[in-house]
Amino acid sequence: MTKFAVMDHESVPKHTLLSPEESEVVLRTYGIESPQLPKIHVTDPAAKEIGAKVGDVIKIIRRSPTAKQSVFYRLVID
Amino acid sequence: MKLSTEEVIERVSILDIPQALKDALVAGLTGQEMTEAQLQEIMDQVVSDYGHSRVEPCEAVGVVAAQSIGEPGTQMTMRTFHYAGVAEINVTLGLPRLIEIVDARKIPSTPTMTLRLAEGYAHDRDLAREVAWAIESTSLLHLGSLATDLAEMNVIIELNSDAMTQRKITAEEVAERLREETGLSVDQRSNTLVMAPEESSYRELLQLVEKIKKISLKGIEGIKRVVIRKEGDEYILYTEGSSLRKVMQFDGVDPTRTKTNNINEIGEVLGIEAARNAIINEATDTLREQGLTVDVRHIMLVADIMTVDGEVKQIGRHGVSGEKASVLARAAFEVTVNHILDAAVRGDVDDLKGVTENVIVGQPIQLGTGDVKLIAKR
Repeated sequence: MTKFAVMDHESVPKHTLLSPEESEVVLRTYGIESPQLPKIHVTDPAAKEIGAKVGDVIKIIRRSPTAKQSVFYRLVID
Repeated sequence: MKLSTEEVIERVSILDIPQALKDALVAGLTGQEMTEAQLQEIMDQVVSDYGHSRVEPCEAVGVVAAQSIGEPGTQMTMRTFHYAGVAEINVTLGLPRLIEIVDARKIPSTPTMTLRLAEGYAHDRDLAREVAWAIESTSLLHLGSLATDLAEMNVIIELNSDAMTQRKITAEEVAERLREETGLSVDQRSNTLVMAPEESSYRELLQLVEKIKKISLKGIEGIKRVVIRKEGDEYILYTEGSSLRKVMQFDGVDPTRTKTNNINEIGEVLGIEAARNAIINEATDTLREQGLTVDVRHIMLVADIMTVDGEVKQIGRHGVSGEKASVLARAAFEVTVNHILDAAVRGDVDDLKGVTENVIVGQPIQLGTGDVKLIAKR
């Protein structure tokens, strides 16, 4: 009965927490405000695992069937 | 000149194209004889072609996705049930399953899990069977027989010792579980258990029998059956009933490869990104099983819009369609009168930005060329 990391599961892509500076760069690249990003709940198992707080931006590197790899961003909400 | 793989990777990595395209480019360029100018031309051409292959701005991708999934949907069977392969597990497939996925139902009509086993268990049939028995919910009827004695007004349970050793449970444990669940005293004499209802009435006695039949003595409640199947050289467990969080803690189960068809459960246990992947996989599998091929990009769009808010929401009145900003667009979908009435009471304003509302009022829609405004300089 070992505690298992959600991120180890094959269907969970890699989540990384962005620093405020990095998220600023993301928002500037897309020319948007942070509430316009897709959301993730702070209670989400993957968000909890990387210790995300409300207002953080999470970078998700998905495995895409068409592009092989695609980058996605989500804003942490409560 | 001739470029090595490392040099090609270095040149290609800065291009603004998807990883899959970069890999193809690297494979194609490695070891080829070419001049610097030729290499530059190839890369420019690839970047330019990729730009052309992308969806145009203002393209109605949602409508294209809806039609591309909807049209094959008309050819799907209405038949709900299907037996998945040789294993006698019942799973909903075809159109009802597709509807279930886009409706984001809390519990699918036939929940089932696919469990891969951990190293050391996966190739051993006996160990696989032990895991299966540990997971499967065991009731009294698996272990023996029940009889009612109307003269004595009690229930007599005869336990089969072979069945008990197989499922690794003792008569004492069974008696203890029954005591816990019913709160009644259990008289145990080796493999025979005798129970009596609180009041000695005929009705109470029958109710007690029904109650103890349902008690889960061992395993995960709700996992009605576990079937073992050999795929390749690996034993895989299929379950009837789903309980992802509990099953991942069992010894012998590989938690990183457990799957369930309950998308909401995946969202709770593994997070929203896993739920998005589950929607894509379940929808693709359902369509493929019916011999239909739909481009995965359409399904990805559906999965993205369903999970954009951090929780799985349905495509429909209580989800995507019901959250549209425009009153007219919502009224055009379902429960027309309620939406218009509520909007009138609140004094809502419709900005006429979307497609539906502009079609209703007879204006050009803001899509494709309709989104382009001409600004003239005098």
